[in-house]
Amino acid sequence: MLYIKCPHCGMRPQIEFSYGGDASVKRPELNKEISDQEWDDFVYNRKSLRGKHLELWQHISGCRQWIKVERDTATHEIFKTFKADEEVA
Amino acid sequence: MSQDFRLDSVGLINRDIKLSFKFNGKKYFGYEGDTLASALLANGVHLVGRSFKYHRPRGFFGAGVDEPYAIVQLYRNNETEPNIKATEQELFEGLEARSVNCWPSVNFDIGAINNFLKIFLPAGFYYKTFMWPKSFWYRIYEPFIRKAAGLGVASIKHDKERYEHKYEYCDLLIAGSGPSGLSSAYAAAKNGAKVILAEDKPRFGGSLLTDDVNIGNQSGKDWAEGIIAELKTMPNVVVKNRSQIFGYYDHNMLVMSEKVSDHLPKTKKYHPNKRLWYIRAKEVLISSGSIERPIVFGNNDTPGVMLSSAAKEYLKVYGVLVGKNPLIFTNNDSGYETAIEFQKHGVKPVILDSRKNPESEIIDEAKSLGINIKNSYVVVAAQGYKKVKSADIASISDDKKQLGKIESITCDCICVSGFWTPSIHLASQSGNKTKFKEEIDAFVPGTSKQQETTLGAANGVFSLEETLKTSFQKGRELSKKITDNDKEVSIPNVVEKKSSKHDKFWCVPLPAGKNYKRFLDFQNDVAVSDIEIALREGYRSIEHVKRYTTLGMATDQGKTSNLNGLQLVSEIENKVVPAVGHTTFRPPYTPISIGAIVGREVGKHSKPTRKSPMHDWHEKNNAVFVDAGVWLRPRYYKRGNENLFEGSKREAKNVRTNVGVCDVTTLGKIDIKGPDAAEFLNRVYTNAWLKLPVGKARYGVMLREDGIVMDDGTTTRISENHYHMTTTTAQAANVLSHLEYYLQIVWPELNVNVVSTTEQWAGAAIAGPKSRDVLQKLFPNLDVSNEGLPFMGYMEGDLFGVKARIFRISFSGELAYEVNVQSDNGDFMWQKIMEVGEEFKIQPYGTEALSTLRIEMGHVAGSELDGRTIPYDNALEGLVSKKKDFIGKRSLQRVAFTADNRQRVVGVVPLDKKTSIPEGSHLVKDANAPLPNPKLGHISASCWSVEYDNPFSLAILKDGKNMIGEKLFVMSPLKNKVIPVEIVSSHYVDPKGERVRS
Repeated sequence: MLYIKCPHCGMRPQIEFSYGGDASVKRPELNKEISDQEWDDFVYNRKSLRGKHLELWQHISGCRQWIKVERDTATHEIFKTFKADEEVA
Repeated sequence: MSQDFRLDSVGLINRDIKLSFKFNGKKYFGYEGDTLASALLANGVHLVGRSFKYHRPRGFFGAGVDEPYAIVQLYRNNETEPNIKATEQELFEGLEARSVNCWPSVNFDIGAINNFLKIFLPAGFYYKTFMWPKSFWYRIYEPFIRKAAGLGVASIKHDKERYEHKYEYCDLLIAGSGPSGLSSAYAAAKNGAKVILAEDKPRFGGSLLTDDVNIGNQSGKDWAEGIIAELKTMPNVVVKNRSQIFGYYDHNMLVMSEKVSDHLPKTKKYHPNKRLWYIRAKEVLISSGSIERPIVFGNNDTPGVMLSSAAKEYLKVYGVLVGKNPLIFTNNDSGYETAIEFQKHGVKPVILDSRKNPESEIIDEAKSLGINIKNSYVVVAAQGYKKVKSADIASISDDKKQLGKIESITCDCICVSGFWTPSIHLASQSGNKTKFKEEIDAFVPGTSKQQETTLGAANGVFSLEETLKTSFQKGRELSKKITDNDKEVSIPNVVEKKSSKHDKFWCVPLPAGKNYKRFLDFQNDVAVSDIEIALREGYRSIEHVKRYTTLGMATDQGKTSNLNGLQLVSEIENKVVPAVGHTTFRPPYTPISIGAIVGREVGKHSKPTRKSPMHDWHEKNNAVFVDAGVWLRPRYYKRGNENLFEGSKREAKNVRTNVGVCDVTTLGKIDIKGPDAAEFLNRVYTNAWLKLPVGKARYGVMLREDGIVMDDGTTTRISENHYHMTTTTAQAANVLSHLEYYLQIVWPELNVNVVSTTEQWAGAAIAGPKSRDVLQKLFPNLDVSNEGLPFMGYMEGDLFGVKARIFRISFSGELAYEVNVQSDNGDFMWQKIMEVGEEFKIQPYGTEALSTLRIEMGHVAGSELDGRTIPYDNALEGLVSKKKDFIGKRSLQRVAFTADNRQRVVGVVPLDKKTSIPEGSHLVKDANAPLPNPKLGHISASCWSVEYDNPFSLAILKDGKNMIGEKLFVMSPLKNKVIPVEIVSSHYVDPKGERVRS
């Protein structure tokens, strides 16, 4: 079980969180004409990375904030966590 | 029967308490502090089971967790448990155990015929044989294998025992209380670190309990007792015996199973049977020691052949002689310790040492005691069927290839020591890549992966002096990092007689003309010949060899067999052992009770049970409840002998003719506030929200980004920047997360806050033609006329002194209102509704009537919004705005979603107007078409229409729009039904929706 540092609450066990997928995916702007490919890339297409991955988690049984977690998908090492509005260096 | 093999006044057992127990129906006696194994051995019982494949007689091989043979079925307090190791099970008064894998008895086992058929049961036998003919699998092979396989029988009764889970945090978690665990715990504890020290056995001390060593001028055992006693007094230390750390998981979380009650005749009141500890440790010290390795020789599975360390443990801890005529077969000094113990207690052992000229203090001691030592000698084969009677021995050449003349020597047990295998399981589970240590012929942990350090024998260090030194040091160093304290601990002087060198020899060659079975894996009956076959057949990877032969796959996970298996593969393949590599170690280290893993999350405790504030009223009024997600909701209110069908029909009918009231507290409710709330709702829902006036409700549908309907419900504008959203009961939590995601991640610029208010409001839906009369009685001062409170209107009122919200919304399709009050007042509200409604013949209605009402109205719900349908499929495309953008809109342009013959919700009526249609049935064109019969759609919800008094269903049907009036068939192979039906509009009752506006 992972041990995740919520930037709002501190170190918390994984059971308090729910996973939210790739954090680098940006939703296309509203009312913008976009191609099928762009939309598919947003909705469906994800890279299944091995290694460093920036992902979203929600501290669902805690502060309910969505946070960003930089995690190694192979080793589960967590490098850093960020608030939702925090810039990822 | 007397305990013929028990020595007087030797060991750590309590002779003051004599315990009786039964094994295979026969009564025996033992003492408090015995294990089932030691008590049986004290009584001279060596035959405990039969092997897995050949049903060969099985005795005891070890004295602890590594035991591959002595697995029994345990009976305790009218319960039974399989897969219990007799070597771990502590004796208690009245214990009952039976042998497994034998029939009719362990002494006469029919399955033993396999032993004589063994040439037909080589490696891969099952794979090769049972593949053909295919039709034989179900009828013959599988039932046969199922009957033959397995080590014991799981109880099918409900487990009455309680199991607990506990979460714990510590600075240092130390696995194992041997010399290394004790000294590192002691040093760390002195520095003030929070320490948990775990020992799987009942007694602390590990090898110190049995090894002939001195630490600081006391025996190893006394030193260990002193340290433990001191640790127990320290507030920052938790010491736990009977506690096995069996898994090392991510981010330094380890799981430990504590046997709280297994050693007792009955679990104490308020105690659990077992307790599972989830421990998050800053640092982990693995001091799990090592397990003695067997040497492979002919018939090495005969009862009476066992590890020399086990024989020593039975003697020193339990005062039990495993034989009175022992033969010790060793390739290192450990065998000498066992031999000396025998000699000291009046039993004359013979030592066969594969080494030519070994030298050490302990060998000198053995010689001076006059023990018969034969150097360059090996056991070729054990003789005897149910017990060792003699051994064939021979001298062996220096290159270990040539045997001398075979001699026979009488003996009643053979104690084997092939050196030691570090227990690297936990280190390996942590992700540590192990490395091969040439001088000990075994793998040891490599570079640490997580915050773990392996010490002592587990790290391949077999010198006590070095172990103590490094462990004290490491304990001090790691705790200093955490607590910043640095107390010096003096390292005691050590006297140890044995050297830690061994002879690299692990397998005795077969003598010419003999074909003895030489076993590697004792539990799964994998012999040297099986590995040879696997390699001959082309299996190369050790992982494949393992699976093909089942080497190391038994419940002992190859604790005694893995390394010898690797040695063999490396020898045949002519590779070095590290190039062969070992199979992966995975948790659990040893079998763990399923009950312990599940913990208290069984039955009603597996999820919370939520009840509405009106629950007591429902209960008093004969409600029959149904699980709706985590909620308990009244399904119907039983009157007299009514069944569900009759009761729900009565309730639904009463809504259509008079008035009913339904508890809708369980609906998800979300409070939405902020200046951008309207804009946010406009993006979340498919329809337009910017112009909804204050005091009005609107029905809305929300999509996922892939265009699939996520949820529906009404949202009401309470005031300028304040909305009250309702969701379905099932989706409440998901919708809240969904909204939070968009507010926090996608559109953080929107100034909106959302919070769940599901529990804050109690809700009652009052529905039926007379609902306005009821409402007027509840709120005599309000204008609730059709003009004063029109359809989708909202107002606030005073319900006999209680603040209430009134929504004119309808799920039943009748004129209806929903009244919300603060949860605390829910019961009060409900009683008032029943009170004022009495003159209008009000009746409560449950979820079954609720479903009936919505189905015949064609209102879609969870069974249509099933995560696979888009708005069009649910006839909701009218709510999809063409003008604005919203979540999921772009997906609705997908080709499949705009196809002409797209699936759509329809109504279904059986032609005979009588036959009920099972939910989940398929709709087909031709009932007699060859299989697979093309499916046109499925029945999503069924009811008995109270309006027309015949069955009615909703279905999601391909090209549903153009199918109205078509005749199709409903097929349910599950219910064995074929029903001719007609497709009608989904709006079966009041298709124009006049009633809700009346």
